[in-house]
Amino acid sequence: MDLIADHISHRFGGLDVLDNVSFAVASGEVVAIVGPSGCGKSTLLSILGGLLQPSEGQAQLRGAPPAGSLNPLTFVFQDFALLPWCTVEANVEFPLAHTALDAAARKAVVDDALRRTGLSDFRSAYPKQLSGGMRQRVGIARALAVRPAILLMDEPLSALDSQTRELLMEDFIRLLAAGAMGVVYVTHNLEEAVRLADRIVVLSRRPGRVREIVEIPVTRAERGAIDARGKLLALQNDLWSLIREEAIDAEREVQHA
Amino acid sequence: MLERAPQQTLGDGSRPRPVTFRGAGFMPSGGRLSGWIALVLVIALWQFAGSAGWVNPLFLPAPSAIAVAIYKLAMSGALWQHVSASVVRIGSGWLLGTVAGVIVGFAIGLSTLARGVGITFISALFPIPKIALLPLLILWLGIGEEPKIATIALGVFFSTAISVYSGVDAVPRNLIRMAQSFNVPFHAIVRRVIWPGALPSILAGFRITASVALLLVVSAEMIGAQFGIGAFVLQAGNLMQTDQLLAGVVILSLFGLAVGKAINVLEAKLLHWR
Repeated sequence: MDLIADHISHRFGGLDVLDNVSFAVASGEVVAIVGPSGCGKSTLLSILGGLLQPSEGQAQLRGAPPAGSLNPLTFVFQDFALLPWCTVEANVEFPLAHTALDAAARKAVVDDALRRTGLSDFRSAYPKQLSGGMRQRVGIARALAVRPAILLMDEPLSALDSQTRELLMEDFIRLLAAGAMGVVYVTHNLEEAVRLADRIVVLSRRPGRVREIVEIPVTRAERGAIDARGKLLALQNDLWSLIREEAIDAEREVQHA
Repeated sequence: MLERAPQQTLGDGSRPRPVTFRGAGFMPSGGRLSGWIALVLVIALWQFAGSAGWVNPLFLPAPSAIAVAIYKLAMSGALWQHVSASVVRIGSGWLLGTVAGVIVGFAIGLSTLARGVGITFISALFPIPKIALLPLLILWLGIGEEPKIATIALGVFFSTAISVYSGVDAVPRNLIRMAQSFNVPFHAIVRRVIWPGALPSILAGFRITASVALLLVVSAEMIGAQFGIGAFVLQAGNLMQTDQLLAGVVILSLFGLAVGKAINVLEAKLLHWR
């Protein structure tokens, strides 16, 4: 199943946030969205996931979701969005409760999602008892449980410390390599974008427009090699050069807001 | 292979001294024992002042006299008669006001129309001291239990409605968006996200409405009742039976404490995740 941003524009009151944004995410493809602060990355993700009506344009789906997908477009949130009154197991089961799955099937799905994210031993813990990294793992397990066609990840690592971020990044790479999920990965971190994505959509500062769509010249499977790392680092520097001036302007704008 | 850093040589060779600790204080902890000791000391002092004749028992009877008055009331059956009358009024009024308040509070929290209408009426009516409506309620409902129960229900209703819609408003929007992103139906979002999310505020509201109900039952019973703790306290005051008056006050205090304890238990059970 493909996800298409078709000439999306959005305004909050009199504030133009997005302007005529168009791109597509093919099945199994990882597309990162980067851009200066306030350029509308998260707004765009909310529109793509159907949580926000765009002022103009629309988000479209093409093709059928894979068999057994319970929620084709599934979010992983920056702040984890876990129910604090539910255990890890109940949080992962939460989106399954209203589906046609019976209790035994739900348990099997939850067990599988917990196993894949290394949370099997923490199923009875409450979110407050977990570290930030573990909480985000619960968010990922919950997303995996509904077998999404496309994952919409809104800065999933930005609330975490750098070591946890690195560990989770390794988990993401492993999970995405194993499945055929498409991913829209919003981030302000260029290193994450070049390590994870197949293509990178670079937005301009507000109102966000597509400045570039950059192809990563190294396949995801080859990115561990030394020469590939050099290429990715060079690409990261190029991307930074592309958005640096606008990032500085956006930073000043935020400070004066 | 990582290379180990060489041993550092520090300073001028003088003896190191410990850094002075500056982080003491500003962290009061709830010492329960000190509270009990203070209570016992005050009661002992009060008893001693009464026994030594320092205080006229007509104005302030000793704790032992109050205890005897409570014992006699219990033995005569009057205690049960008065307490049960008050408990029935509080229970019925609180339950009615709470059920109505929770329904209206949720409606205001979830519906634009209900919010527009409800908040206007609540803002206009909430500041009215509900006991001032008792004569009107007697006129409407007659001289029975109904106007007293209605007064309590009204007092409880407004506080409950406010705490419920404030609680609904305080549920983190990201949790609701998360549930919507999984296509969770509206009723399931209300039941599994909004209700538990609003519960801390609702239970805090219960604590307030329990006090409101106690205040209103005493006031209402003082205005027009034959039985009930309020009526008993007023009667004892009129007859200058200060020991009985204070016995009534102690019973009210114990009732308030019991309700507070019950809410603590409820909170511990329902909000253990906090």
